[in-house]
Amino acid sequence: MMKKSPLPKSIVVGLATLLTLIVFAYGFTVTKVNFEETRSEKRVASLTRILRALAHPKIFDYDYETVNVQEPFYLGCPEGGIEAPNPDRSAAFILVKSSCAEPGETIALEGHNFQENSSGPIYFVGFSPEAPDGVPLKMGDFQADAQGNFQVEVKLPNRQVKEEAQAIRAVGKTRIGAPKFSPEAKVTWEKIVETVFMALLATTFGTLLAVPISFFSARNLMSEVKSPLGSIALALIGWPLGMWLGIKTSQLLTLAFSSFFDSFFATLAGALILPAASLAFGKWFLANQNEDLEFRFERRLLNLLYTLMMSTLALAAVLFVGKFLLQLGAYLAPNKDVPLYFLRKFVSQLGEITAILAPVFAALVGGGVFGGFFAQTGQRASDKMPASAAKVFNLIAAPVAGATVAVLIMQGLDWFYQYNNPSVTLYTPAAIGAAFGLALAFVVKPKQPLPVGTVIYGIFRTLLNGTRSVEALIMAIVFVAWVGLGPFAGALALGLHTVASNAKLYSEQVESILSGPLEAIKATGANRLQTIVFAVVPQIIPPYISYTMYRWDINVRMSTIIGFVGGGGIGFVLQQNINLLNYRAASVNMLAIAIVVASMDYISSVLREKYV
Amino acid sequence: MLEIKNLSKMYDGGVQALNGVSFNVKQGEFLAVIGLSGSGKSTLLRCINRLIEPTGGQIIWDGQDVTAASQEEMRLIRRKIGMVFQHFNLVSRSKVITNVLSGRLGYVNPLLSSLNRFSKSDVDMALDQLDRVGIKNQAYKRADELSGGQQQRVGIARAMMQTPAMILADEPVASLDPVLAHSIMQYLEKINKEDGVTVLCSLHFLDLVHRYADRAVALNAGKLMFDGSPKEINDEKFREIYGKDAERVG
Repeated sequence: MMKKSPLPKSIVVGLATLLTLIVFAYGFTVTKVNFEETRSEKRVASLTRILRALAHPKIFDYDYETVNVQEPFYLGCPEGGIEAPNPDRSAAFILVKSSCAEPGETIALEGHNFQENSSGPIYFVGFSPEAPDGVPLKMGDFQADAQGNFQVEVKLPNRQVKEEAQAIRAVGKTRIGAPKFSPEAKVTWEKIVETVFMALLATTFGTLLAVPISFFSARNLMSEVKSPLGSIALALIGWPLGMWLGIKTSQLLTLAFSSFFDSFFATLAGALILPAASLAFGKWFLANQNEDLEFRFERRLLNLLYTLMMSTLALAAVLFVGKFLLQLGAYLAPNKDVPLYFLRKFVSQLGEITAILAPVFAALVGGGVFGGFFAQTGQRASDKMPASAAKVFNLIAAPVAGATVAVLIMQGLDWFYQYNNPSVTLYTPAAIGAAFGLALAFVVKPKQPLPVGTVIYGIFRTLLNGTRSVEALIMAIVFVAWVGLGPFAGALALGLHTVASNAKLYSEQVESILSGPLEAIKATGANRLQTIVFAVVPQIIPPYISYTMYRWDINVRMSTIIGFVGGGGIGFVLQQNINLLNYRAASVNMLAIAIVVASMDYISSVLREKYV
Repeated sequence: MLEIKNLSKMYDGGVQALNGVSFNVKQGEFLAVIGLSGSGKSTLLRCINRLIEPTGGQIIWDGQDVTAASQEEMRLIRRKIGMVFQHFNLVSRSKVITNVLSGRLGYVNPLLSSLNRFSKSDVDMALDQLDRVGIKNQAYKRADELSGGQQQRVGIARAMMQTPAMILADEPVASLDPVLAHSIMQYLEKINKEDGVTVLCSLHFLDLVHRYADRAVALNAGKLMFDGSPKEINDEKFREIYGKDAERVG
């Protein structure tokens, strides 16, 4: 039963209307809505000027032939006036009825013998001792007819009356030759290319990162990941340990191989042999594992050993390939004048990317291998041990894990806040983390699977939402500080924003897949990785492609304005032109943006229709 | 071979889907599971390979306690139990052969298979299984290009790739017309008789139960109402299983 409202409906409606009115009235005040301003003559005039300039984008330029005609003129007529001069009629000339007039008066002007159809400005030229060459002041424009004659009325400026002769000048201009692109158009072209590629790089690399992240932030995949406390605790210890070992190994290997890297051929040999060796080793290792699902600890330890050997070999291969590319790039691109310099340079840039990624790769592999091994060991222990032993195991492992995590977090914060105090960054968090772990181990039943996946999901979602809420424009400011003004900063900012936005969109697609194939694949005895590859990936490919293209579209649009904060691209020149009141050039920039955005829109919709 | 002891499942919302169900299945048996929609048939089948976690009771399979198995042990158990679904549950954008090969996932190396690499013998086996259900020529089509009956045959081929000791079939013919239904049931029968694979099959139509099943168990509101030969289901039993007002069709 609906409860009857204590107030009659009409009063409620009346109050709501009043409230709406008040809200909007306040809104008008706060936003300083000012209709007076919109009507003011000055404003309208400047608006007209800007709009007309914008309507004439300065795309083309011509060479001009100019004719300069000047007649003396007096501002302020003496008694009796001054007789009009009789100009030389063999060339272009201008005629006035009288060579003098009062300031502000409108006078008629005739021009003859100008180039046919030429046009140009008419100036009043003031002479003074400070400016013996004269200061021109534009009074109007003329347009000559096919015979080169014109008649025009101009208004004299409100200057002081002077006895000395001043002048009226007409400058006739005719275009000669074909139109050519203006310098503004050329700059615009350069910058719009930069803009499109900025968006391309940002989208590509952002997407590459967003795809794996999206799996971790999909609720339907993560909610099934459950582990007993012992396994979680060991994984939390194993991950940082493995990552640290990975980074150390990468550093050690770089140091150990440094003498090889001095020689081009040694590096080449390494870059050829090591990848082949690690591939062969990997194949052998995988072949030896087939169908052999034994659970014994020794077997696991041996597997761990082999995996570590393989990863080390792979890491060495990555290091060698990176160094080789760097050296090859240096050899190929000794200076900027070689042909196809950008391609040659790209070789060494690839090498640099490899060199940057090597420690990251090492850390991830190390963390994955150790974290995985520790987690499995913990899982096995929890499964096989009696409940009381598992409890004891948890009581030892959980505090250690808690302390590890807390110390790592505080070490991270230390970088920002510079506590420089071991009691803040080491002892206290260790104690608190250990206490928290101990409490958890006491509370939780020893073998109960905890929803660790949901926790990871929550962490990823929070990070993504946080990153996404910072606009790319704001990120660009930080990146400009890091890598300097220019398109690289813009691409990094857009890329980071792409990771956050697309990971969210992708993960929502993962959440909306059909669960039937998922359960069918799981029922065959597939593990989690196989389930994702065989049941999830085929279902999400179309939406992933669609969202990636959509993001490219958005990134092109964003990259047009990211230059406003120094992020390079067309926005950079657009802002300059606006600030310099160079509206015709700004108009070219805006036109280019409109064309690129519209065609991106069209292309992406065509591609999406075709492939999705 | 399969012992179900006092099995219960309570869903999070408080719905009691299974309530103390116990029965045994012998090696090589064709067992039909009947009952109204929502009586717990699907839940029962999914509890057996723990796609759904039971909340009480025990399932013993080949002397091993399924309900207590760890994740890794569960993989080994699942790969010996094939499953066929009402809506086929094929990955519709993948090729037929890929769908069939996915039945091998419990046996192959996880890393290699993730790169979609399968051994020659596995591919040959997949083609043989497709040949057996008569759609070898469709192997390289996309799964969603096939008709419903063909898709269910792919589902059976996928289950057979597991070289299963038992097949759980969850209303395998409920989305098919009667002619196709019989042809699919005949494939299951063939697998049961020729390969000696135990089949647990939930069914709606009693004539299919009479025609194919050695034995039937019936569920009503999560409780076991009947366990015996399909011939013993007379009108009285029928009303016990399906409710007082039910009328027989088919």
